[in-house]
Amino acid sequence: MSAFDLAAPLRAAKAAILALALCAAGAAFAQEAPDAIVKRVATDVITTIKSDPAIQAGDQARIREVLEVKLLPNFDFTRMTALAMGRNWKSATPEQQKRVTDEFRALLVRTYSGALNNYRNETIDYKALRMNPADTDVTVRTVVMRATGSPIQIDYGMAKTPDGWKAYDVIVGGVSLVTNYRDEFNDQIKAGGVDGLIKTLVDRNKGVAAK
Amino acid sequence: MIATLVRYPAMKRACALFAAALVAGCAMGPTKEDPFEPMNRTLYQVHDAVDTAITRPLAQAYVDVVPSLIRQGVSNVFGNINDLFSGINGVLQGKLDKAGDDFGRVLLNTGFGLGGLFDLASMMGIERGNEDFGQTFGAWGFPQGPYLFVPLFGPTTVRDGAGYVVRFLVGPVGYINEEAVRFSLYGVGYLDLRAEALDAGSVVDTAALDRYTFIRNAYLQRRRYLLYDGKPPPETEEQ
Repeated sequence: MSAFDLAAPLRAAKAAILALALCAAGAAFAQEAPDAIVKRVATDVITTIKSDPAIQAGDQARIREVLEVKLLPNFDFTRMTALAMGRNWKSATPEQQKRVTDEFRALLVRTYSGALNNYRNETIDYKALRMNPADTDVTVRTVVMRATGSPIQIDYGMAKTPDGWKAYDVIVGGVSLVTNYRDEFNDQIKAGGVDGLIKTLVDRNKGVAAK
Repeated sequence: MIATLVRYPAMKRACALFAAALVAGCAMGPTKEDPFEPMNRTLYQVHDAVDTAITRPLAQAYVDVVPSLIRQGVSNVFGNINDLFSGINGVLQGKLDKAGDDFGRVLLNTGFGLGGLFDLASMMGIERGNEDFGQTFGAWGFPQGPYLFVPLFGPTTVRDGAGYVVRFLVGPVGYINEEAVRFSLYGVGYLDLRAEALDAGSVVDTAALDRYTFIRNAYLQRRRYLLYDGKPPPETEEQ
């Protein structure tokens, strides 16, 4: 038997093992507690950012790639957008809802990857979460300790979904992202309807400066 | 917080007023919190123009030129004065435990941290308090009053602005007779604050659909959060 003959079955076995591992991981994550998710994801993202030479050199595209793979799957952007739109969500068509969600997501990713440029060896203190097994909506609390300046409290509003716990709000020093956008969305919709809001979001994502 | 105050009979009426103001505040939309929006927007534009041309470049130069160790020292010295006032405001609001921490921090940092140059207390895990006169007035029942945007100063409300005026009048820097020293200290203090906000400013530039509204909402949310010591009651979602 030559090495070539062995290669195919070995590859198949490897693939099977990988598939099994992924299933196990998926099952484990579905059961994973919300505070454990926050800690795992934050640690993972920070470790990657610290060790990736392209990111250290300021490669924005690479930062976004890391966020896309590691961070964003843990967010429920549809819920986030629905909350930010308030009662306007129900009056929007499914098509409009999807477009606002996509553009809002893009805006948040841009903001987040920009903010990560300011990352300077902060350490994160994860507060223990007290929750009941029946809870479906919790706030995970963390404190970011900076080398200079006072610590910043960053909390995550998280809800239980069929795919496990997903974050739907980030609260920085008491300022909720969703609440902050609610007035802005409302103003845009009042002025130009949901399509006006979509247009503003698209413009902002293209780099057109805000007033 | 309110529960502690209610034990003092003199505070009862103030608390009732305060509660009424809060209920009214919750029912109000954002425009009710900002009745002078057109004027504020103009003032914001003035502020933004001056900030872009002068203040921000100065703060950036300060960060680029002055080593972080020295900037941290400057921040600590001003932070030490803030801690003193946080303690005083803690006492004024009946939060004696927190005030004790603040005064402990001041003693420790002044005595063993070279007059506040080093923040030993934080290293030892004694958290910095954040009480101020604006919050004290809030706890005493003064309504928030209209939102104001003051050029060179930033977002505030009538109540918080009154707090800053008191703080300015009783602050230690005002007692320094030597004019050059006094104004230098105001200048450095101002740069220190502006420099700390540089990162936040760049986040706002990317995140905001309308920077004026974004800053106003963030400011009002933050103040509400501080007034309730990090546990604000949920806001009504419908508007």
